[in-house]
Amino acid sequence: MVTLTIDGQEVTVPRGTTLLKAAESVGTKVPHYCYHDGLSSPAMCRLCLVEVEGAPKLQPSCVTQAQDGQVVHTGSPNAEAMRRGVLEFYLVNHPLDCPICDQSGECKLQDFVHAEGREHGRSREPKRVFGRDDFGGDVLFYGDRCVMCTRCVRFMNEVEQDPRLTVVERGNRSVIDTFFERGLDGTNWSGNIVDICPVGALVSKDFLYKQRAWDLDHTPSICPSCSQGCNIDLHTRDNLVQRLKPRTNLEVNAHWMCDHGRHNYEFMNRGDRIEAPLVKEGDRHTEVGWKEALSTMLDRAREVGGTVRAVASPFSCNEDLAALKAVVEALGGGEIVYRLARAEEEIPLKGMPTLARRRDLAPNGTGADALGLERVGDDDGTGGLETVSSHDGVVLVLGDALQDQAADFAGGASLFVYLGTHASEAVQGGDFILPVTTFAEQEGTFTNRVGRVQRFWPGLQAPGAARPAWLVLGAVASELTEAEPANTAAEAFSRWVASNEPFAGLDYASLGTRGASMNEPVSAAGD
Amino acid sequence: MAYPYVSDREVRILSKHFGDPAARTLEGALANGRYEALKKALEMDRGAVIEEVKTSGLRGRGGAGFPTGVKWSFMPKDSGKPHYLCCNADESEPGTFKDREIIRWDPHQLIEGCLIASYAIGAEHCYIYCRGEFFEASSILAKAVEDAYQAGYVGKDILGSGVNVDITVHIGAGAYICGEETGLMNSLEGRRGQPRVKPPFPAAAGLFGMPTTVNNVETLAAVPHIVEHGGEWYRQWGTEKSPGTKLFCVSGHVNRPGNYELPLGFPLKDLIHDVCGGIRDGNALKAVIPGGSSVPILSAEESEECALCYEGVIAAGSMLGCASVIVMDETTDMVKQVRRMAYFYQHESCGQCTPCREGSAWVTKILRRIEDGRGKEEDLETLVEVTTQMTGTTICVLSDSVAAPVQSSIEKFRDEYLALIRRGERVGAA
Ligand SMILES: Cc1cc2nc3c(=O)[nH]c(=O)nc-3n(C[C@H](O)[C@H](O)[C@H](O)COP(=O)(O)O)c2cc1C
Ligand code: SF4
Ligand code: SF4
Ligand code: SF4
Ligand code: FES
Repeated sequence: MVTLTIDGQEVTVPRGTTLLKAAESVGTKVPHYCYHDGLSSPAMCRLCLVEVEGAPKLQPSCVTQAQDGQVVHTGSPNAEAMRRGVLEFYLVNHPLDCPICDQSGECKLQDFVHAEGREHGRSREPKRVFGRDDFGGDVLFYGDRCVMCTRCVRFMNEVEQDPRLTVVERGNRSVIDTFFERGLDGTNWSGNIVDICPVGALVSKDFLYKQRAWDLDHTPSICPSCSQGCNIDLHTRDNLVQRLKPRTNLEVNAHWMCDHGRHNYEFMNRGDRIEAPLVKEGDRHTEVGWKEALSTMLDRAREVGGTVRAVASPFSCNEDLAALKAVVEALGGGEIVYRLARAEEEIPLKGMPTLARRRDLAPNGTGADALGLERVGDDDGTGGLETVSSHDGVVLVLGDALQDQAADFAGGASLFVYLGTHASEAVQGGDFILPVTTFAEQEGTFTNRVGRVQRFWPGLQAPGAARPAWLVLGAVASELTEAEPANTAAEAFSRWVASNEPFAGLDYASLGTRGASMNEPVSAAGD
Repeated sequence: MAYPYVSDREVRILSKHFGDPAARTLEGALANGRYEALKKALEMDRGAVIEEVKTSGLRGRGGAGFPTGVKWSFMPKDSGKPHYLCCNADESEPGTFKDREIIRWDPHQLIEGCLIASYAIGAEHCYIYCRGEFFEASSILAKAVEDAYQAGYVGKDILGSGVNVDITVHIGAGAYICGEETGLMNSLEGRRGQPRVKPPFPAAAGLFGMPTTVNNVETLAAVPHIVEHGGEWYRQWGTEKSPGTKLFCVSGHVNRPGNYELPLGFPLKDLIHDVCGGIRDGNALKAVIPGGSSVPILSAEESEECALCYEGVIAAGSMLGCASVIVMDETTDMVKQVRRMAYFYQHESCGQCTPCREGSAWVTKILRRIEDGRGKEEDLETLVEVTTQMTGTTICVLSDSVAAPVQSSIEKFRDEYLALIRRGERVGAA
């Protein structure tokens, strides 16, 4: 450990800590472009210069290591003047087309210049012009906005380890470019360069001109597209998910997410939802209120009795699945199965061996396993429901829309209840069709492939009368067992989830935004 | 007998055989006593070779003037890693043309210096990094290296001593920045030729991450003489702080431009008026750049009393650099010449550091505008401030080099800038 003074504040940090990080630890943010926590440090943007007493020149804080007894000034007149100077240089050729720039509002050039820059730049010279280039994949390059930090080049070289970008030419003719026509097509993680580009030089084609950054709400969430459980933010507006962004969690996904997950969000915006509880009368369904739906359903369930066969979905959270399990148990027990599509292979991120787009293309297969659910069906997520479909007792379906099943699914069941977001042909036979929320509309937890239980929050409003499945099923279970109902996700977690041995000891609140591991990670091996 | 021009005030040690094509050949070189110092060095302890060079006080001739023996002593003793010597023959500083001449006329002198230095620092491989445009010089050098290999002076078990030193001549692609020692190493490794952040310094982690010493051609060419005659012998020339002789590359408006080897401390006045035969056409002297384009310009008055040694030029307000003396007479358009230098730097900036990348181009544009009669008086203040922002804020000192000509010319030749600005204002008003 070394002890130094930063802006008059004494701080002790591990040996090898950079001044930038040491300053951060006492709450001082030194502006920087080229430095990024997940990349090497070329110390080339020269924006992070700070004054170190005794050093002849200002030091780049991103690579200068803290020394015992050092006295550092991040805001001395000299340091501020030089940073103001460096910022002025950035504007010499910058187009400042903020009004039509997607980065506007979350742009580090805007932020830093507003914070520390000159009121007016002095350059009156014509600007150099590069124009726009299609880099392939989802990435567009606006060369004139580039601050030449090379984060994008280093990401492709060091993290994805598929060198597709480079700096061509030198001096102020330097420009980022792809190798010939090859571009970024066929890469799997290049969406991250749009995130780490500090300015609007790299933008997403998908998001181009779609929304202004300041209009978006950010909701912490978990990527639902595979079992890795990358931490993400849902960026929403108008009750639609506009884009997904990775959220830093060094233990899961660091700063990254794959392109497959990044672009798989339209399903959260799907419109044709089941919006009200439906009760089958004869061969048609009638809309009813929740109270009525649940009490009729309970009556029917008590009346018919018999064993239960249930189908769940690995897209449902731990709370939903555990509440389903509680209902099945309260009805006298039975089997719960789930189906999960598997990709042909993993898509690894070479620079981070613990991160890959996993083969399991759902977020909570591990949670389902931990709750004792049984995986059935084929690798494309179909089939395997023969015994359920031909069951003559109670059939419960949660979240699996049964797209591959025929219209006579569970035709012989004494009671067929479907809880879901969308109806399919097979669902039409349901005695009760109950609207539940998607993960983007509710609170809950997913368990990733190594048993990390991670929370997500609602970023969208649920349509109509849709409610979280844990609330619906929880109400049913407590009716059946005469227990207290769970009114919040936290209560649902402690009541239904934590009572299962693998989750024992976990506390919902202390999972925080970063999650925690189950006592005994189940299926930690494999893919 | 005249290599383009010689002067009887010269002390010709390194340049003794300039102009003699026979000295290029191995036979000629051997007849001139080349490789005798190598034999002597190989019988000495490595440490003793370094001590001898320290005693001589030899300072790096690549521009920075760092004591060579001290630099060598930074190399680790028992690192267990391969060590490298890089000979910097990228000579690209405007006004500099001495290394090329050493290579063209006396390549074996350089090879011998490389071998002795490699031995001293424990390197078994020396790379000579030649400027891309040195077509003639690099082919002469390659031939000389080949001959030296054949004769057993280079390669495995040199002269039966058990010492191995390979030499590779590498030809650059024509970038000034590859003369900066870490840019040179990146270029040799096949990366973009751009300087590295220091630390780590080359002696700790240089070429291929291994302990490395980089020395200029002229520095290394002086080494055999020092080893052969001793460090004290070398000190008979020059000053206490700047011992020995130095090649001065004189260009510009003198009657006899060229390379002159003179003892350090030689008066600049005498160099211009005596050695170089005075200013052309009997014109008056206007300014002198004493050390290549990267150092401040001296006015005629300042150059009067300037002694050409490291400390002497600093006292006069500039730096000796690589002793490239650019002489400008009264006909010189100062703004144009400064603009051309700024243009050189904007063109050669590697582009990684923002102040250098953006600043050099900005400064050039302002200067061009002033030159074109569209300047404003406040541009001068902007130029000074912008170049100040470029000084001490970057990875290498190329950025600082822009400040030297710009700031010194504005300070010393402000009237010329103002005249252009005023003329432009009058034209604009008319
Ligand atoms: C921009 C720049 C260009 C340089 N170009 C050269 C060069 O062409 N030749 C050279 O010997 N040194 C050059 N140098 C100096 C080298 O970095 C290094 O200091 C020198 O080669 C060390 O050798 P010496 O100690 O023998 O002088 C340059 C330095 C900078 C900053
Ligand atoms: S990159 Fe930033 S400063 Fe530049 S145009 Fe976009 S928002 Fe404006
Ligand atoms: S495109 Fe963006 S990330 Fe890449 S160098 Fe330019 S500013 Fe940096
Ligand atoms: S100062 Fe200029 S030449 Fe030197 S490393 Fe920085 S950008 Fe490159
Ligand atoms: S962040 Fe330190 S130089 Fe760029």
